Amino acid sequence: MAEAGNIHIRGGRIIDPQNNVDSVDDLFISQGRIVATGKVPDGFTADETINAENQVVCAGLVDLSVRMREPGLEYKATLKSESAAAAAGGITTCCCPPDTKPIIDTPAMANMLTHRGVEIGLTQVLPVGALTTELGGVMLSDMFALSQAGCVAFSNADTPITNTLVIRRAMEYASSFDLLVILHANDPWLTDDGCMHEGEISTRLGLSGIPEASETAIIARDLALIEQTGVKAHFARISCARSVDLIVQARERGLKVTADVAIHHLHLTDFDVGSFNSLCRVMPPLRSERDKDRLRQAVAAGEIQAICSDHQPHEKDAKLAAFSEAEPGISGLETLLPLGLKLVDEDIIGMNTLISSLTSGPASVLGINAGDLGPGKQADVCIFDPESEYLLDSSKFLSRGRNTPFQNWPLRGRVSHTIHAGRLVYSVK
Amino acid sequence: MSQNIQYTGNGKLRHFLTIDGLRKETLEQILVTAEKFTQFGQRDIKKLPLLRGHTVVNLFFENSSRTRTTFEIAAKRLSADVINLNPTTSSTSKGETLLDTVNILEAMHTDLFVIRHAKSGVAELIAAHVPDHVHIINAGDGQHAHPTQAMLDMFTIQQYKGPFHKLRIAIVGDILHSRVARSQIHALNTLGAHEIRVVAPNSLLPAQIERLGVHSYTDLSQGLDGVDVVMMLRLQKERMHNAYLPSEQEYFNLYGLTTESLAAAADDAIVMHPGPINRGLEISSEVADGPRSVILPQVTNGIAIRMAVMAMILGGESNG
Repeated sequence: MAEAGNIHIRGGRIIDPQNNVDSVDDLFISQGRIVATGKVPDGFTADETINAENQVVCAGLVDLSVRMREPGLEYKATLKSESAAAAAGGITTCCCPPDTKPIIDTPAMANMLTHRGVEIGLTQVLPVGALTTELGGVMLSDMFALSQAGCVAFSNADTPITNTLVIRRAMEYASSFDLLVILHANDPWLTDDGCMHEGEISTRLGLSGIPEASETAIIARDLALIEQTGVKAHFARISCARSVDLIVQARERGLKVTADVAIHHLHLTDFDVGSFNSLCRVMPPLRSERDKDRLRQAVAAGEIQAICSDHQPHEKDAKLAAFSEAEPGISGLETLLPLGLKLVDEDIIGMNTLISSLTSGPASVLGINAGDLGPGKQADVCIFDPESEYLLDSSKFLSRGRNTPFQNWPLRGRVSHTIHAGRLVYSVK
Repeated sequence: MSQNIQYTGNGKLRHFLTIDGLRKETLEQILVTAEKFTQFGQRDIKKLPLLRGHTVVNLFFENSSRTRTTFEIAAKRLSADVINLNPTTSSTSKGETLLDTVNILEAMHTDLFVIRHAKSGVAELIAAHVPDHVHIINAGDGQHAHPTQAMLDMFTIQQYKGPFHKLRIAIVGDILHSRVARSQIHALNTLGAHEIRVVAPNSLLPAQIERLGVHSYTDLSQGLDGVDVVMMLRLQKERMHNAYLPSEQEYFNLYGLTTESLAAAADDAIVMHPGPINRGLEISSEVADGPRSVILPQVTNGIAIRMAVMAMILGGESNG
């Protein structure tokens, strides 16, 4: 691995929404930190110069949901394989949900993941701690100790807590130490054995539907508890138009709630399930055109603060099954940025909004020092060529998971270099 | 929706997975071909050599005696070699996947698989993974489709009631869980039925069912008003246990087909049921065994329809 020497990034369009910067300039990195933009700092000699002409230079992306599959599910992917995929996707910070095996509910697990991330050195691995022990929804985890061991937030991942009193107590406890709680809104009773959005397509295909209320009823309930407990809360991967409305109304009332959306919910709908395409089986499910449009508007308006990949790599067999039996999820690290740029190309959102949704937005949700190219900040940088056009070929993914419904989509925008903690961790061949 | 997988490049029927996406001419050809086989079934010697040398495997992951038997008889009357397999769920959960099972049987030179499975989409999944010379007929997948059942129903309707464009048809019962209802709706729409109604309490009607081209009713007498055909569906008794319905008695009172409730339909309306019947739950014995019932002719017609579909898929020239 390259040492954290002096890097001179020459002539790129620097987009740094955190500091209101959007200009063609040079960027200088030394010993793992951003040292300056514009003029060469005194005494700076570059060990490496990167020509970024006609390219965009932004902070390394911060992804709020990345399943690395390690430990416990190494047959799907490993920290090493997925860290390499993250670097190839320009992602320098990965939040990892607690549903590994074993579950991230002990400081030892949190420490192990953080240290393995540092050892591999391709991206920052930030564990999200379990909100309840073993994700069981009964007893609270040692949240404070877990936060000391590096957990940036707490969630019960995809396992709903059915007892409302436990959720209340978890929020109260977390709020005592100003810890962030990440909520996945899904009513297990309403979802039942549902495997796609409830609507015309589920009816046509004879698949059990997941109603919109499965998400909105829980968001409404959780907002009431957030208001009462004052906890810092974030809704992960919302999928419905009405969920956006509920969250916007709550923010207008002064609640400190944030939300993110998975990039695939900004491009696909239940219609894409077509004739049982298991690559479109995701949780929450792909919703209607109206939902997709509202989510896009919400990102454009800053009502949703972050876009994530919701990366879930799978082995081939996991998708070779009846639709309802196929495992949900998309391998998304290497398509996050190009699919985001597609929204810019289609004039859905501006380039600066996209960059902030992928960098400073998620960083501020977590309250971490990232997504910022200001002097003195850790040098996590993504350089991409926004004009490079290609057809997506998942066989070229560095991720072990090739499960993407975007295969053969014409995409534009390719990461050319990724710098993490001042070291070049990826450069395009 | 891309169901082109059901046709070969030159428009011949390759698989028979769902009525959704099939052309009207294809459905009409199935009905015409079945008509020929019906006449033939009345002869003393009932064998035709159309599928001699072909191997048909009935692969039933979900049990069914009636459907499997009629497929078996149909294949045998066309002189095919028939093998019946009922892989239990335990043998397919031992790491051998669905597709492994099919691959192994395909390696034994099977030409046609007739597949029934409890999960929606399995026939499509298998069809998407077999080589060109292997064909799939869907004998029922989850709550998705049961296209041969729908076609034998169409055949029976045509037989008793004539052209579709004049007919009002009501489908009554557990639409939500019914693959039969979905296939019937697609078939009736494709064949140009005048009006299709579905009748059930809202807890048994799937979301946006109107988008499939039907009118929905929660009241039986309104739903049956003036219809020419009443198609009843089987109600699984366990529906009471997960709160779809309050009780068998209340269901029968509100949605059961009796001589009284049938009076709302046209005087010469026929009554159909895909079987097996729950007497006293969705239909009274009086109606099921009565003069308007065509339930047994449905079963007989099932053989001719299945012969027609197999002959069109595997036979050379019987396909236009």
